[in-house]
Amino acid sequence: MVKLVIDGKQVEVEKGLSVLEAAQKIGVEIPTLCYHPAVSAYGACRICTVEVIRKGWSRLTAACTYPVQEGIEVKTNSDKVKKARKLIMEMLLARCPNVKAIQDLAKKMGVEKTRFPEENEECILCGLCVRVCQEVIGVSAIGFVNRGIERKVTVPFEVQSDKCIGCGACAIVCPTGAIKIEDIEDKRRIDIWHTELERAKCKVCGRYFSPMATIDYLEKKGIEKIQEFLNLCPDCKRDVLINKLNKVNYSSSPVKFSNF
Amino acid sequence: MSKKITSLKDLDELREEGLKSLYPDKTKIMVGMATCGLASGAKEVFDILCQEIKKTGLDVKLNSTGCLGYCQKEPLVDVIKPGWPRIIYQEVDGEKAQKLIENLAQGKIWKESILAKMEEDEFLILDEKKKYLFDPNTGLNGVPSYFELPFYHKQLRIATRNCGFIDPASLVEYIARGGYYSLYKALTEYKPEEVIEEIIRSGLRGRGGGGFPTGRKWYYCRHAKGDIKYVICNADEGDPGAYMDRSILEGDPHSVLEGMIIGAYAIGAKEGYIYVRSEYPLAVVRLKEAIKQAEEYGLLGENILGTGFNFPIYINRGGGAFVCGESTALMASLEGRVGEPRAKHIHTVESGLWERPTNLNNVETWANVPVIIARGADWYSKIGTEKSKGTKVFSIVGKINNTGLVEVPMGITLREIIYEIGGGIPGGKKFKAVQTGGPSGGCVPESMLDLPVDFEELTKVGSMMGSGGMIVMDEDTCMVDIARYFLSFLQDESCGKCTSCREGIKRMLQILTRITQGKGEEGDIELLEELSEVVKDTSLCALGGTAPNPVLTTIRYFRDEYEAHIKDKKCPARVCRDLITYTIDEEKCTGCMRCLKECPQKAIVGEKKKPHRILQEKCIKCGICYETCRFDAVKVE
Repeated sequence: MVKLVIDGKQVEVEKGLSVLEAAQKIGVEIPTLCYHPAVSAYGACRICTVEVIRKGWSRLTAACTYPVQEGIEVKTNSDKVKKARKLIMEMLLARCPNVKAIQDLAKKMGVEKTRFPEENEECILCGLCVRVCQEVIGVSAIGFVNRGIERKVTVPFEVQSDKCIGCGACAIVCPTGAIKIEDIEDKRRIDIWHTELERAKCKVCGRYFSPMATIDYLEKKGIEKIQEFLNLCPDCKRDVLINKLNKVNYSSSPVKFSNF
Repeated sequence: MSKKITSLKDLDELREEGLKSLYPDKTKIMVGMATCGLASGAKEVFDILCQEIKKTGLDVKLNSTGCLGYCQKEPLVDVIKPGWPRIIYQEVDGEKAQKLIENLAQGKIWKESILAKMEEDEFLILDEKKKYLFDPNTGLNGVPSYFELPFYHKQLRIATRNCGFIDPASLVEYIARGGYYSLYKALTEYKPEEVIEEIIRSGLRGRGGGGFPTGRKWYYCRHAKGDIKYVICNADEGDPGAYMDRSILEGDPHSVLEGMIIGAYAIGAKEGYIYVRSEYPLAVVRLKEAIKQAEEYGLLGENILGTGFNFPIYINRGGGAFVCGESTALMASLEGRVGEPRAKHIHTVESGLWERPTNLNNVETWANVPVIIARGADWYSKIGTEKSKGTKVFSIVGKINNTGLVEVPMGITLREIIYEIGGGIPGGKKFKAVQTGGPSGGCVPESMLDLPVDFEELTKVGSMMGSGGMIVMDEDTCMVDIARYFLSFLQDESCGKCTSCREGIKRMLQILTRITQGKGEEGDIELLEELSEVVKDTSLCALGGTAPNPVLTTIRYFRDEYEAHIKDKKCPARVCRDLITYTIDEEKCTGCMRCLKECPQKAIVGEKKKPHRILQEKCIKCGICYETCRFDAVKVE
C-alpha cells in the first residue's frame, strides 16, 4: 500500500495505481479524454493534468501515467492546474468545435469559446482506438501515422487492411464519435479505415449481423463456451439462451427466472 | 590469425605501426573529408591530388582525415613531410591541388593558400607532444602557427582530439595517439565500481542537452535490477546547424566505441547500440569499419583484450525524426515501434530498451570517457566551471566569419566564442543575438555576451546548452521571424502525441505568422506567453517542455520588435515582406536600367538615364533590385 495526499486528504491505495485511478477511488473526479480502464494509460490528451509535489518540488503532470508514490501530495484543483487544463481544453475545442463531447466537457470546465481559429476535426488523437485494437482485440489493425500536426490514426497505407475484423471496438471506445460504422444489408462499412466487410447471416433467422471476419477471428480464438453462439444474431442468441435456461429444473433454486 | 590484442605489449606494437602510418618516412598528404569538407569540394580535390601524384610519380601517402573544425576554410589539405612542419592549406580547389603537387615534385614548399603550420602534435591521452623535426629555414617564419590562430588558441580539444589528425579508417593511427590504452587500463586495473567513481569525480555531464551527471547515471544503471543491461550511444543529432556528433563519428569513430566499451564494463552491460540517423551515411560507414576492426583485434565482441569481458555493439539507423533524439522515443524506435516519448516516472536506467536497465549517452559524452580514464578525474575536473566540468563542442554557424566546430572549456564567455574564435560578424554588421541550444534554445542578446557558458548560466537566461548548436544573428535578423522559423521546425518535429505540444505549438506559430504579416493584435504577446507557459508545463517530453523558449526569450529581450510589428505594423530589421516597401531614391538613381532588367515581376519602370520607379502593386519584395543597385538608390522601409 502507498500513502499519499490528494487534495488535502490522506489516502492509502494499492501500489501500481496511477494518480488518476487513486483519485477516482476516493471520489475525486479528474476530467480525462484518453483514459479507459480496459487499456493501458497513454497520457496524450493532457486534460487530466494535476499538480504533484514530491520532495518539495511541484510540477504539473498527467495523472493517468503518474504512478502513486509514497509521500507525494497531489492537487487536482489548484489555480495552476485549472489554468493549464482550461487552455488545453480551449485548444481541443478549437480543433473539434462541432463535437458534442468536447463542447460538453469544455462547458463543464468553464471554457465557453475559443480564442483560436476553429478547425473542423472530429478526432482528438487520444489513441483509445489504437490501444483497444492492439491490447483488447489483439489485431493492431490501426495505428498512428505521421507526426506533429500531420498525425492521424489510420490503417497501413490507407487501404483496407486484412487485419481489421470489423469488430467495432474502436468505435465504442472513441470519446468523440469520430469512428462511424455503417451496417448496410450484407456489408459493414468503416469508411475511416477504408474498410468494407461481408456480414454473416444468422443461421436461425437469416438476418445479417456481425462481419464474417469477426466470427472467424473468434472461432480461431477457440473459446469453447461461445462457439455454439457464433453464428447467431444477438436476438436469436438470446432466444437460444432462454430456451436453455427454461430446460433447467429451477424448483430448488431461490432465483426466479420469470423475467426471461 | 593472432591479431587479437591481449597485452600492453600488443598495444605498443600496434602503436609503433600507427606512428609509422601517422608520420611516414615519406611525404604524406591528408584531405579533410568529413561531410563538411566534402560539401566544399574535398572529394574533387582528393581525386585530383591522386591523379597528379600518379602523373608525377611522386612517392606520397595520400589519405583522408576528419574535420579539423575550421569549416570556413575548407577544403583543407595537410602536407606532412620529413624536414618540414605540418602545413595546412586552405580553400583548396583543383587548380591549387595541381600547383601543390607541382611544387612537391620539385621538392619545394608551395607558399600560397597556407592557413597555418603546426610545429608539433599533442597526444592528449598520453600527455605527450610529438615535435615535427624541421629546418627553421624553410621560409615559413611568417606563417602563423595553427595553435596560435585566434580561431584555435582558446580551444581545448578533448572530445575532438583526433579529428583532423588521423585517418578515421585506421585503427592503428587511433592507437598511436593513445587510443584503447584507456580501455586496457580500465579492464585490467580498475574494478567496474572504480571506473564509475572516476567518472563521477570527473564531473562529466551528458553532452546531449540534459546535462545529467554521467557517472551517476552509470551508477544507477549498474545497481538497477536485471541480468541483461544495455548501453546506447545517441547519435541522432538533429538540431539545425549542429554537427559536432557527426564530426566525431566521421573523424574519430573509435573514440566513441572505446567510451562505450568502458561504460559497458562499468555498468555490466551485455550489448551496445548506436542509434545514428540515416542522414549521416558517412558516419555509418565509418562506424561499421571501426566496429569490424575493433572486433578483429579483440577490442570488441567476445573476450575483450583477453579479459573474458564480452560486449558487442550494433548499429541502428534512425528514420529521421527529430524527436527520436529523446531517450524514450529513441528506445521505442530501436525496438521497432513508433518513435514517440513515454512518461519517464520509471527511469530508463531501470527500465529502458526492452524494459531492461539501459544507459544512454550521446556521442560527445562517450568520446570524453577514454580521456578521463587516461588522464584521471583530477585532471579533468580542473577544466571548466564549478558545476560544469570539461569542455563542450559548439558548432558556430549563421552570421559569423569563422563558421566551424570549436571545442572550448566550459566557462568561456559567449563574447570570446563569437568575437575571438568566431572572428565576429561579417560585413561590419552589428551583432544582435545568438541562439544556443538548438531550435528550442533561446536567443541571447548582446547585453549578455559576457555570460560564462555552462549548463546553469544558459538556463538562467532562458536558453540552454542543448547539444551545442550556436546560431549567430546580426542586425538584419528579425527576431519575430526567427521565433516563427524555429516554431515551424518544432511544429513539424513534434511527435504529436500530447495535445499541449501539438496544438500549442501550432497555435503559437499561427500567432507569430500573423504578427509577421502585419496582422498582429493587441494581446497577442500575452496570449503567446500564456500558451508558452502551458506548453512548457504540461507536455510530456523535453521537446514540448522547451519548445516555447525561442518565443519567450525573444519576447523577453526583443519585446520592442514585437510591439513594432503589432502596433506600428513595421519590421525594424526589414525582413517581414508584408511590412516593408522598396522605393527608389530619385536623387541617387542614375537610370542605369540594371534593376529594371533584373526585376522578375517587371515592376520597375523608367527610361535610360532617368530615375526609375517601383510599381508597388506589382512588387513581390524579393529584394533583387536592392541587391543589384550599385548606387544605393533602392531603399527598404
